[in-house]
Amino acid sequence: MIKRVTHLLLPTVGVGLALIAWWGASLNVPDLPSPVRTWEESKLYVLEPLVKRGETDQGIALLAYYSLMRVAQGFLLGIVIGTPIGLLLGVSPILTRMFDPLMQVMRPISPLAWLPLGLVLFQRSEPAALFAIAVCSMWPTIINTMMGVRAIPQDYWNVAKVLRLSRTTTFLKIIVPATLPYMFTGYRLSLGIAWLVIVAAEMLTGTPGVGGFLWQEYNSLIYAHILLAIITIGVIGFVLDRLMGAVETRLRAV
Amino acid sequence: MAFIEVSGISKSFASGLKPVLRDISFAVERGEFASIVGAMGSGKSTLLSILAGVARADSGAVTIDGEALCDVRADAAVVFQNYSLLPWFSALENVRLAVRAACPLLTREAQVERSRSALEQVGLGNAIHRRPGQLSGGMRQRVAIARAFATNPSLLFLDEPFGALDALTREALQQDLVRLCSSAERPVTTVMITNSVEEAILLSDSIIPMLPGPPATLGAPIRVPLSRPRSLAQLAHDEDATHVRAHVIATLTAALAGRIRRGPSRSDADTVTSIELATEETR
Repeated sequence: MIKRVTHLLLPTVGVGLALIAWWGASLNVPDLPSPVRTWEESKLYVLEPLVKRGETDQGIALLAYYSLMRVAQGFLLGIVIGTPIGLLLGVSPILTRMFDPLMQVMRPISPLAWLPLGLVLFQRSEPAALFAIAVCSMWPTIINTMMGVRAIPQDYWNVAKVLRLSRTTTFLKIIVPATLPYMFTGYRLSLGIAWLVIVAAEMLTGTPGVGGFLWQEYNSLIYAHILLAIITIGVIGFVLDRLMGAVETRLRAV
Repeated sequence: MAFIEVSGISKSFASGLKPVLRDISFAVERGEFASIVGAMGSGKSTLLSILAGVARADSGAVTIDGEALCDVRADAAVVFQNYSLLPWFSALENVRLAVRAACPLLTREAQVERSRSALEQVGLGNAIHRRPGQLSGGMRQRVAIARAFATNPSLLFLDEPFGALDALTREALQQDLVRLCSSAERPVTTVMITNSVEEAILLSDSIIPMLPGPPATLGAPIRVPLSRPRSLAQLAHDEDATHVRAHVIATLTAALAGRIRRGPSRSDADTVTSIELATEETR
């Protein structure tokens, strides 16, 4: 009972302290709206989340929906490309040697750097955003899948050898199931990155979504909405991570 | 010419720095059950994986049924100590994977039927849909044995198959193995690796002592002239069994004593396992 109370109480206290700090900061920085003012100015978006008043003036749920759809596409593209690459690198030390330095160099490149390249390649903002999300988010998938293949116990390779399984059967019945939990760890991390990239991509391309909304409201000097967007981004990122984490735990239990 | 002919096999790891096996030669007749008995970590498993075609020897040759061994043979089956079942498949699917690879022309139904009957043979008829994680150690090893026999092999390689089991389960499985070997459609030639002299006497036609190295070498094979069926209870008092037991233990301990007299040139851990084996056998 005490445990349950502290489970709820302690996070509440933490949030409360953060709100007090925010409020304190708003007293000293004239442009920063206080928590109460932020709520006053944002409640239209939160309480009518599905209303579309204009191209960028929409309820927060609609904006989040656009962002999520874009993230979903980029993320799927990323893992569809990343998973086979990871599997290939996992089974082939030669390919690993060949591409490892390239990967290490490409991995730390910021989404802000990929986006202009995407614009050059695709001419339009929507595919450029997807490109940036896919390119940035596929690394954890590649690396975890690769690690997963390498972590397959020798026992399983022996089974494949002793049963004289064909390459296809070994792949489908041993390599993929053995690597699946690792893949999903990669997918969870990739989704986290994809969600980070979306804000940058929308800000730069001006497409409707939470990130686009944030940038537009900054330009319109409505600072309360920046905070609304930030909180929304954080909450959605948290929920996504928890969802993927739940899937991952289920897979590991097998 | 014997069914399995092994001549002059040597193997070392770390590109020659760690010799494991030296000049191993022996022969096993068709339908014979041969056991290689030796201490843990003496290179027995390495030898078995070479025989099974999983690993390659540095030198020497293995000939099976007149053919030089170059890969895992289609008529061979292997049972590992740690079961080596795939945890994401049910018992039935684990067995069917072997049946499917061995008999790709059978229909799906026939493959399932064959796998099911193999599992029924080892007394797992009502657990076929359980995954390895839901089975006890003994049941898992039964699945592994069913998987080996499901493909109707003429060669069986057993790598300490009962090493991880408790004494009671172990004897039940030993008797199951004897029954499966004798009821198989064609004669099954078996090579088993074990560190239990008792198990070797219970199951084998001949016992080959593995003398501790490194590199390990083989002693002269010892025949087991006991009628079948055998049981552990009967072997405890049987005169011939006592004779064989004494012979095997004497061979192994003599080699071990020679090694200890040479001084602790190897790592301490190595010596400890060897001494454990000696005490277990003289008990």
